[in-house]
Amino acid sequence: MRTEARVLLSLGVFFAIMDSVYWVWSKEDAGGVMIIAGTLLCFLPGLYYYWWSRRMRPRPEDDPHAEPAQGAGVVGTFPGTSIWPFTLGMGSFVMVLALVFGVWLVVPGLGLVFWAIVGATGESRRGGQH
Amino acid sequence: MTDVLERPAPAEGHGHEAHGPTGILKWLTTTDHKVIGLSYTVTAVVMMVIGGAFAEIIRAQLASPNGTLVSLAQYNELFTMHGSVMIYLFAGPFAFGALANIIVPIQIGAPDMAFPRLNALSYWLYLTGSITMLSGFFVAGGAANFGWVAYAPLSSSVATPGSGADLWIGGLLLTGFSAIFTGVNLCATVFYLRAPGMTMFRMPIFTWNLLVTAILILLAFPVLTAGLIMLYADRHFGTHIFSVAGGGVPVLWQNIFWFWGHPEVYILALPFFGMVTEIIAVFSRKPVFGYKGMIFATLTIGALSLGVWAHHMFTTGTVLLPFFSIMSLLIAVPTGIKMFNWIGTMWRGQIWFSTAMLMAIGFLITFLVGGITGIYLASPPLDFFTHDTYFVVAHFHSVVMALVLGAMGGLYYWGPKITGYMLNERIGKAQFWFLFIGTQVFTLPMYLLGLRGMPRRMAIYPQHPSWQYLNDWATVGAIMIGVSTILFIVNIVYSWKRYPAGDNPWDGHTLEWFTTSPPPHHNFYRLPPIRSERPTWDYNHPEHRALEHGHGTPAADGSAR
Repeated sequence: MRTEARVLLSLGVFFAIMDSVYWVWSKEDAGGVMIIAGTLLCFLPGLYYYWWSRRMRPRPEDDPHAEPAQGAGVVGTFPGTSIWPFTLGMGSFVMVLALVFGVWLVVPGLGLVFWAIVGATGESRRGGQH
Repeated sequence: MTDVLERPAPAEGHGHEAHGPTGILKWLTTTDHKVIGLSYTVTAVVMMVIGGAFAEIIRAQLASPNGTLVSLAQYNELFTMHGSVMIYLFAGPFAFGALANIIVPIQIGAPDMAFPRLNALSYWLYLTGSITMLSGFFVAGGAANFGWVAYAPLSSSVATPGSGADLWIGGLLLTGFSAIFTGVNLCATVFYLRAPGMTMFRMPIFTWNLLVTAILILLAFPVLTAGLIMLYADRHFGTHIFSVAGGGVPVLWQNIFWFWGHPEVYILALPFFGMVTEIIAVFSRKPVFGYKGMIFATLTIGALSLGVWAHHMFTTGTVLLPFFSIMSLLIAVPTGIKMFNWIGTMWRGQIWFSTAMLMAIGFLITFLVGGITGIYLASPPLDFFTHDTYFVVAHFHSVVMALVLGAMGGLYYWGPKITGYMLNERIGKAQFWFLFIGTQVFTLPMYLLGLRGMPRRMAIYPQHPSWQYLNDWATVGAIMIGVSTILFIVNIVYSWKRYPAGDNPWDGHTLEWFTTSPPPHHNFYRLPPIRSERPTWDYNHPEHRALEHGHGTPAADGSAR
């Protein structure tokens, strides 16, 4: 966890330095704002990982001497198959087509998206059963 | 159906036979990263063939000064869609969606991507986005025709009123979200699903590069998506963000576009750097030379990539030339480190010139040409001279053709793992020579054309002997590249289930060669102890284990079989 935090934080620190040089030197706002956003995007997860790395014991994947057996236990819940990504994808497709072919397409598009979100949420809540 | 995955003790993985639907329903409902990755691969290769067909038409048109194969308007559509298909629909999705999707989880010993359903959604958004963008050819007014960069006054509703442009924007919105979701997925997978003992500094270089790629995707793609929404609003909702008439700033579009566009170059390149690193190490029978240096170089490229966007805009006169010039020149340092490390990996290795290795070496040479001309272009005086000429076109075609060589190397290297069957080596080598020589014959005349002042994006050009003969050579090169693509398809058909691969045909280093070919559902029946960045090699060659970093490379000479 500590290495992950360091990677993100060092990127964030670099962007912060680069942005201060750039913004002061060029006085151009668009790029300055966009690099600040990039800096924040590195600091947010970076600080979260750093905070966690101080409070948890190293995971087996952080331990250079870990044995494969140390990874035993629940890894996570993985959906086997699911139709909802396809439904959501088609809903998004129809909604984008509405940009070109007519606003009425938003209705079926939103319907598919809503249906997929409800379906996927239900599938997740049933999760844990084989 | 949901699987709760537990890692049983000891040393067992969670692979098991796949169950569930088959056929088209399997394709529609799968959340298995290998099936999704294969769908990505096939779709991306189809897009490469479509984009390549556009390129062949363009080159046929340019073979004579007053070509009449296509009209001027059709030519604008063709070069726009050639660039768009190749960058948005082939190179990017192939880089971070196709092989990465299949290989990254296996390389770190994970059962799947962290968010399998999100992964499936990424694929559907990519596929529908591709269909949306290409369907522009079927609407009145034709496909988008403002260049793949959609510069501001040209992409306004006045200059480009057709709905092909809107379909282009819509397709990019879909594929952009697809890329963002893949970036989230890759980051979470690498951070949370590594096998015990797989510390960050034992991950294969390919996985490291994909991690940095994923971070860059998260930094860059939202900017493009936001820019596209602004562009659509300008076209249809009467805003004036990019139009001078209403007080907007056209150059803002260039800033936004290239703030995505230049990190995108590294989003495209880094995965292929990773592939080539793996291939060179395995086929030289040596560990990666300078493993930590490689990672440092990758991170440095990622960090610098956010500060170089305006080197595409030197001639606008609105950017800070010294800053962007210095930052762009600095990128050459980590890239040079990588070059030296690739050569150092091959140095005194026992090189096996398989097709994958030839492709990787072809990548090095072609990328060197593209990279060094990139250094020229990072210098503003030279850029003022060559901006929007064929020199720039030749530069980025050297780079992306190097990536195509890397992609082909990756397909020859990992194809046996994904399908369980090898491709024919003899056809593969013929493909390599056509692709490699074709690339040089195609790009070198374009460099000269650029220096002689031929602008890009013109369908007809003045009748001048030196221009025509260089254009003819470029067309010959393009035809050779087309032949190599046909040879690749021939090879797939010819080798279909002909040469069973076995689990570890190349004597590989990393975890994907430890499992079966193709890997079982959830990837591993068991895992080896991970003590270095090449766990499979350590397991198969206990007498030549890799040592900790900084303790020499013991397998440098003793690794022969």
